[in-house]
Amino acid sequence: MSQIPALIPTLLLLAALLSLLAGLRSQRAGHIIALAGGVASFVVAVLGMLEVVSSGQAIRYAMGGWIPPIGIEFVLDHLAAYMTTLITFIGVVVLVYAPRSIRFESPGKATFTYPSIALLLAGLSGMTLTGDVFNLYVFLEIAALAAYALLAIGDKGGPFATFRYLIIGAAGGGFYLLGVGFLYFSAGTLNMADLSAILPELMENRAVMTAAALMVIGLGLKMALFPMHFWMPDVYTNAPSVAASVIAPIMTKVSAYAIIRLFLDVFPQGFFTETLPITATIGWLSAGGILYGSILAIGQQDFRRMLAYSSVGQIAYVGLGIGLANPIGLIGGLLHIVNHALMKGLLFLISGAVRLQTGVTRIPEMKGLGKSMPWTMYAFAIAALAMVGIPPTAGFFSKLYLLIGAVEAGAWIWFAVIIASSLLSAVYFFRVTEMIFRDPGSDPAETAKEEGGEKEHTTPEHPAGEPPASMFIPIAIMAAGVILVGVFNFVIISALLERVVAPLGG
Amino acid sequence: MTIEFFAGRYPYILIAVLLGIGLYGMTMKRNLLKKIIGMTIFQTAIYLFFIQGANKSGATIPVFTEELGTEPTAYMNPLPQVIVLTAIVVGVAITGVALSLLLLTYKRYGSLDEEVILQRMRESA
Repeated sequence: MSQIPALIPTLLLLAALLSLLAGLRSQRAGHIIALAGGVASFVVAVLGMLEVVSSGQAIRYAMGGWIPPIGIEFVLDHLAAYMTTLITFIGVVVLVYAPRSIRFESPGKATFTYPSIALLLAGLSGMTLTGDVFNLYVFLEIAALAAYALLAIGDKGGPFATFRYLIIGAAGGGFYLLGVGFLYFSAGTLNMADLSAILPELMENRAVMTAAALMVIGLGLKMALFPMHFWMPDVYTNAPSVAASVIAPIMTKVSAYAIIRLFLDVFPQGFFTETLPITATIGWLSAGGILYGSILAIGQQDFRRMLAYSSVGQIAYVGLGIGLANPIGLIGGLLHIVNHALMKGLLFLISGAVRLQTGVTRIPEMKGLGKSMPWTMYAFAIAALAMVGIPPTAGFFSKLYLLIGAVEAGAWIWFAVIIASSLLSAVYFFRVTEMIFRDPGSDPAETAKEEGGEKEHTTPEHPAGEPPASMFIPIAIMAAGVILVGVFNFVIISALLERVVAPLGG
Repeated sequence: MTIEFFAGRYPYILIAVLLGIGLYGMTMKRNLLKKIIGMTIFQTAIYLFFIQGANKSGATIPVFTEELGTEPTAYMNPLPQVIVLTAIVVGVAITGVALSLLLLTYKRYGSLDEEVILQRMRESA
């Protein structure tokens, strides 16, 4: 059992390599290998999570037999188990969904899509599992490189949007690495457990403070924390649906996870809250991001662009959970990682299905889809309700815990921000829902002609109707997940998250 | 006082200047190739930071020899150098991907100027 932490990223790395080699011969074989790797790592992640929950102990694995802190260790604790299960789950769902969508949107690129997805998952799960701050940087860049490749195979503007993202990402990674340098030269170790033992003696050390600030700035850039979010809307709008639906749900969240990991387990207690006002800063920036993202989402005409702005707002909920820095608020933030991953993943999957069936990506052209693809649109309605935060969907509970956390902290402005943003989400989602379920007065194809442009991309493969099973089943699973996570959120909290926030004293 | 301050810290000041030049190039330059150059300068400054931080005068390579024994001050710390090697590999990969994205962008829009590209994107949309 002790190999589980190493097995999850290794299986995915292996799958990425084999998938590429096999994919050069046969696309189908490449897809099956990537999917098999994803499923295997998901199974291992679930087994690991059950083991961690039942024993209450973290599973530790020393890479290459080098005993930490000299060697690099991989640690599967409650927080890592929570994240890896989510990452591999989203990965499997998107890998099932991928072939039809990618063959339609970016023909000829499928061979390279599956290994890139596997590599992305390997990088992200490595980031969550590693117990070494420099190793985290390496996995961060592995995930980032895979994400650049996935995003750039998109529409015409894809490479340019990705280029801008790459520059921001390189700056973010650079700041983080610089912070690691400051930390290493003051504490003399890179192992997280070792650091947490040494750093309390260095609370007033200015180099350690610089390290913390640089690492958080770097991760904040990667997390798209407002006002460092500006790369996100262009990237998601031009990305292929497959890339958006795997990157949007988990990529930014894992950077948020890394900040939470530094806050809870690496730096001493009180360092992020009192010595340096990092959590408060993140909280205020997030409050700004929530309002900014929600307000800009209202005016967008492109469905994917609206989802991207909504993501700017939603990732900020996780930031608000960090900002509250009390157990219940952080539980809300952590729960929102899973909730938003499921909701936003579902929405991007639906946008891909709509694009495949009708070629439509703009909201005004979505008129009448409720008639032609009713089941997919019911899934959309579930996601929209969850985004607004209506019980019993998942979105309700994370906002509830955040609100309780805000009351406990006496942060009334943040309380108001959460309420206001729920109302704004209602505005922009009901605008789309109303369009979808409205009577199709004019044919969507006609409206497309009037709008002009993007003809070659928007030629439908099929007349409108429900998407093929390989795409509809993932959508249905995610929609079910949104409701199940909402109904059973207390199970997740009592089994995993209460242990995670224990350092805050709850 | 000021001279002593600079004399003791000039490598770090140089690194800070390089970081600044790199960040300026990445954020302010309109030409995409210059952005990549800025990114490379920024990354190189970080490598230099690690190397300078690990610098120890009078120490030799970290290979055990009988006459020096196990005296830690006689050897360089190999870890920061290994970190720099890894970071260089990551940096080269990022630069490679950046250059390929740059080529794709140039093929599609016929320019490397950010403003011109944005203009042409709006025209074709």
